[in-house]
Amino acid sequence: MNENITDHSLAQVEAPEEISRRRFLEKLSIALGSFCAVVVGLPLIGFVIAPLFRKVPEQWVTLGKVGDFQIGKTVSVTVLDPSPLPWAGITAKSAVWLRRESETSFIAFSANCTHLGCPVRWMEGAELFLCPCHGGVYYKDGNVAAGPPPRPLFRYDVRIKNGEVKINSVVVPISTTL
Amino acid sequence: MKRLFTATWLWLDDRVGISVLLKPMKHIAPQDAKWWYVFGTATMIAFIMQVVSGVALAFSFIPSSSQAYETLVFITNNAPFGRFLRGLHYYGASAMVLMIGAHMAQTFLFGCYKFPREMTWSTGVLLLGFTLAMGFTGQLLRWDQTAAWSVVVAAEQAGRVPLIGDWLARFILGGNTIGGATLSRFFAIHVFVIPAIMFAFIGLHVWLVLRHGISEPPTAGKMVNPETYRKEYEELLKKSGRPFWPDLAWRDAIFGTGLILTIVLFALFIGPPALDKPPDPSVLDADPRPDWYLLWYFALLALIPAKIEGYLMILMPVLIGITLLIIPVLNNKGERAASRRPWAIAVVLLSVIMIGSLWVAGQQSPWSPNFQALPLTEKVIGATSGPVFEGAQLFHDKACLSCHLIRGHGGRRGPDLTYVGDKLTRDNIIIRIVNGGDNMPAFGSSLKPREIDALVAFLQSRKRPIRPQDQAPIAQK
Repeated sequence: MNENITDHSLAQVEAPEEISRRRFLEKLSIALGSFCAVVVGLPLIGFVIAPLFRKVPEQWVTLGKVGDFQIGKTVSVTVLDPSPLPWAGITAKSAVWLRRESETSFIAFSANCTHLGCPVRWMEGAELFLCPCHGGVYYKDGNVAAGPPPRPLFRYDVRIKNGEVKINSVVVPISTTL
Repeated sequence: MKRLFTATWLWLDDRVGISVLLKPMKHIAPQDAKWWYVFGTATMIAFIMQVVSGVALAFSFIPSSSQAYETLVFITNNAPFGRFLRGLHYYGASAMVLMIGAHMAQTFLFGCYKFPREMTWSTGVLLLGFTLAMGFTGQLLRWDQTAAWSVVVAAEQAGRVPLIGDWLARFILGGNTIGGATLSRFFAIHVFVIPAIMFAFIGLHVWLVLRHGISEPPTAGKMVNPETYRKEYEELLKKSGRPFWPDLAWRDAIFGTGLILTIVLFALFIGPPALDKPPDPSVLDADPRPDWYLLWYFALLALIPAKIEGYLMILMPVLIGITLLIIPVLNNKGERAASRRPWAIAVVLLSVIMIGSLWVAGQQSPWSPNFQALPLTEKVIGATSGPVFEGAQLFHDKACLSCHLIRGHGGRRGPDLTYVGDKLTRDNIIIRIVNGGDNMPAFGSSLKPREIDALVAFLQSRKRPIRPQDQAPIAQK
């Protein structure tokens, strides 16, 4: 209540042109502050979200020679990020499960469970992929056998070139179900 | 000498205004605000502990995806007091989560969120969210195998948010996958972004406490009436109020000291959580689990039905947050005493029971396969050769033992098969193995007929031992 009285009395003793000048100065200060916030803020936001827009070149990554893999076997193969940041260290590595179906047919599965991304393990004897987190189970072809996974294991594009098995590394196995 | 000190203090106080700054400490508060009121200060003490120990750890921690693990190994094993500091930070976080939970339960049960303290409650709810976010990002800074996979889990979970899920997932990972950009983002968020927001909100929360005063303990039958409450509160303070410092604050000091000593003792004698393997995403032999304060949510994700999981995963935390935020809007007057608000007691009890039960379930994780299950011994099998013995070996080799228990050995993901021979016929067992069943894979295509026969022989031999008293009448016959 007191503050209002003070403001009111101030307004009364000031001439109209002073009020207008005060309003102008208020608006000027706020406008300058907003301008500075935009000038500094936009590049800042751009810097923080830049990794989202980093173009990853489509690249075929070699998993090994065709002869390195036995028919009917599923093995984990370490894959290196084709364009890692210099300080990525061992986090530039990842793994895929590679299954050789026949002389010329391979399936490369993402190692991430489609439920919440935990690393699935291949159980050779049972011919199943098991997830340690919430009990997801997949058959050898990646289809869901039991548990909460909403979809089969993600399959990379695979090709054989010059006697080498390659996968397309550009695809990202983030699963969305909604 | 004393005169010199006094003169110096008076000069400093005049120029800096220390007494004025500390004046709010002496604000008048209800004298009945006793031991139930210590949890708020305790939460702040735990927060200060986190800031201090976190700053100290940052002197040696390098937030680089390639080096963080090595610096943590150094801090834990080589740096003087490093292990203690890590323990301090870990148990400090645990204490903060516990204290904020206790503070929240107390203010809810005492109806402190009602007029005029609605915004005090709401800022507190936001602080709870920030505290849990600090807990999660802090676990990720322990940049080991569990941390790296937890980032993936967080990204996958964020990926389920409609429309912006993929964008959120990439934001969390700092790109398309875990890599150099991942850890430094979480470091910046954990060390700068969230703490800065928390400082602001703690300031606002404390300001609101000072503005509206510490709520008096409720009296059954005394209603909160927004039109008269402020006047009644002022009269109460005039009649029996006491300055917070030191008349009431001594309890906070004692409880806070106990809290700090407990954290110190835990850090000294139990030590920080052990570091897992290095954060190498190509090593798939991992079993990521969140720290204890999020273990209940981990369990929830395993137990909610798969059909509604996608919606619950996103909507439930949002709904819980919104509900907590708007509680004072829905009900800001009337009765405050818990004895007259049985539903309030029920809500708190149910929350504690639910989180506690889920926590226990998360600890046991019966839905997870047991990858460490060893082959059954001859004593358990009851044979050293033949189909039963072969079946027992297959039971292990085909990973059946990872999900089923046999006399206490194996996993708990599926039913206990110790006495399955008493329950299922040969045909039923074959059908289950070949076709699978509820939450069990079908093994028809991966087992040869001879292997199925051996497995069935083993499973049929799993029967309750015949007791002598049961045998006696048969013998007489």
